[in-house]
Amino acid sequence: MTRHIISVLVENEAGALSRISGLFSARGYNIETLTVAPTEDASMSRMTIVTSGSEDVIEQITKQLNKLIEVVKVIDLSEAEHIERELMLIKVRAGQKEREDMKRMADIFRGRVIDVSDNTYTIELTGDTRKLDAFIQALEPGSILETVRTGASGIGRGNRVLRV
Amino acid sequence: MDRVKTSRLTGAEIVVRCLQEEGVEYVFGYPGGAVLFIYDELFKQDKVRHVLVRHEQGAAHAADGYSRSSNKVGVCLVTSGPGVTNAVTGIATAYMDSIPMVVLTGQVPTHAIGLDAFQECDAVGITRPIVKHNMLVKDVKDLASAIKKAFHIATTGRPGPVVLDIPKDVTAAVTEFHYPDSVSMRSYNPVRKGHAGQIKKAVQLLREAERPMVYTGGGVVLSNAAPQLRELVKLLGFPCTNTLMGLGGYPGTDPQFLGMPGMHGTYEANMAMQHCDVLLAIGARFDDRVIGNPAHFAQNPRKIIHIDIDPSSISKRVKVDVPIVGNIPDVLEDLHKLLQGAPKNDLQAWWKQIDEWRAKDCLRYDRNSKIIKPQFVLEKLYEVTKGEAFVTSDVGQHQMWAAQFYKFNQPRRWINSGGLGTMGFGLPAAMGVQLANPGATVACVTGESSIQMCLQELSTCKQYRLPIKIVNLNNRYMGMVRQWQEFFHGNRYSESYMNALPDFVKLAEGYGHRGVLIEKPADVEPALREAFASKKELVFLDFITDQTENVYPMIPGGKGMTEMILSEEL
Repeated sequence: MTRHIISVLVENEAGALSRISGLFSARGYNIETLTVAPTEDASMSRMTIVTSGSEDVIEQITKQLNKLIEVVKVIDLSEAEHIERELMLIKVRAGQKEREDMKRMADIFRGRVIDVSDNTYTIELTGDTRKLDAFIQALEPGSILETVRTGASGIGRGNRVLRV
Repeated sequence: MDRVKTSRLTGAEIVVRCLQEEGVEYVFGYPGGAVLFIYDELFKQDKVRHVLVRHEQGAAHAADGYSRSSNKVGVCLVTSGPGVTNAVTGIATAYMDSIPMVVLTGQVPTHAIGLDAFQECDAVGITRPIVKHNMLVKDVKDLASAIKKAFHIATTGRPGPVVLDIPKDVTAAVTEFHYPDSVSMRSYNPVRKGHAGQIKKAVQLLREAERPMVYTGGGVVLSNAAPQLRELVKLLGFPCTNTLMGLGGYPGTDPQFLGMPGMHGTYEANMAMQHCDVLLAIGARFDDRVIGNPAHFAQNPRKIIHIDIDPSSISKRVKVDVPIVGNIPDVLEDLHKLLQGAPKNDLQAWWKQIDEWRAKDCLRYDRNSKIIKPQFVLEKLYEVTKGEAFVTSDVGQHQMWAAQFYKFNQPRRWINSGGLGTMGFGLPAAMGVQLANPGATVACVTGESSIQMCLQELSTCKQYRLPIKIVNLNNRYMGMVRQWQEFFHGNRYSESYMNALPDFVKLAEGYGHRGVLIEKPADVEPALREAFASKKELVFLDFITDQTENVYPMIPGGKGMTEMILSEEL
């Protein structure tokens, strides 16, 4: 079971997302995260799916995705050099006592405080999945009020380009 | 039909015009609120004929049988809500066996979608996992191109059913009509030619094989590759087996044919599959009912060449050495060119081994029985129809016996639900087969349990005067369920006994057909001869057969190809 990041270019049509997520549930494939948004060409969306499985399963996932009529292109980003980023918004307890520490912690992880109230901070943090996990680990569990993560987006390095 | 001149038409008119443009002869369907405008347009013309079934499942199976037996697209038309849900079994059946169908489903008006309107259901959502593709057409301007796309997608690449969901207001709205001549999609371009390098590798393996085996499936039938397959197998002199879906792909009476492989395949086909050194798999998918346990299959090392139009069928259950993605007839022609003139493989020892396996006579049964043996009925059916009938079947023991005992020399003659295993398929499928092949002999081999699942279609058969011959192997049991309960559940026949059966003769008569009860082996052949002599009427032949007969050989679920249970010594 290894982690794979699969990028999918898909026609921006109604139902394409449910067709893809339905494929994963119907065939028992894992989805750790899934992100989707239109590309610079509004007729197409790009999806990043983080999944895990044996080599055979990953091969089937890419083949089955390719088989869907609306799917234009599929690549397994993790086959070669790539970059991944995820955005997290995390709301933490930040009363008089914790404020200093919390700000310092955010700085260490290069997070930014983007909303402040009497007793909370909302911190914005980007990075790969492990970095966001590490930030959560570094905080007192009791200090986290709310977490929202986008899931990973990925892109190949250098000349490696996914386009039609 | 003038393609260039456009005219303003309603959505319903567009639907019918598109069907005409596609050359559709028959639409199998059932009217209802959401499709009334379409039915109104069907009424006004006579090019596209509508066949009124008695239940939407029958519509889908009939369209399916029509397609399988004719290589044309099966079309059905059903209303929203229950019309769609009733058709679902038929759509799933077609999907599992890769049958090209276009299913038009009515939908509530666009403004009512999502509001739990009367007879509303999410047709696109419900059918999504059982179609090659589906679309909701929200704008009448997209209707003609959506229909063109539906036919294109259904018939190209690995075929399959396409569902088009059309809201009622779209069928009433008006737009300029122009039917596109062709479809171009950047996301869908099925390949045709196989990779030349891979084909060369395959040739090398085939030339070096000492114990070769050719294993073909439904893909050969669907891609009309039977002539190319026959030529190649004849050229090579290799043994050949056809799966349940592939029967007729290679002539069933040819000496190089070893019968069907798999759970109820012949001893020789299964042994050869397991012990070959080079396996040429064509349009087949190594499914659980063929190779059983893949780990057991892998115990014998062999090189596998796999030709298929669908890359996802390759290396799904079994790792292959030489994958070739392409249209089967093209690939087989390429192989033939490269193999022509090559020295023949020395296969004497291999054929000697196969003949020893054949000598087991694994399909033998008690020919002196005082009770009608189901195998005997099928042997006689084969004789009486001279092997030239179209045979549809339901699902269970009778299906396996038909596959074992009826020798199909041509493709598209054997029509059964192999993938989904849908009881109730046989009779409505036979209707589609008979309409696609007027004048041809059509037999529906069934059992007393299966036939009751779509029995209402006897009424449709009457309306359209379809002279189908129903061969009912009546053993008062869900035979295959009973067999599994005998083998694996300690003879506890839980709910598999068919009590309170109808009098099938009277039932047939009640629908205006002829019914015949046959209880003695001596009456089997005369009854069949008399029934098949009639070209005008449907005859329901109710054969009272041995209740305890089992299908042999049998590979128990999860076992390997050589772990067969053979019939008791006779």
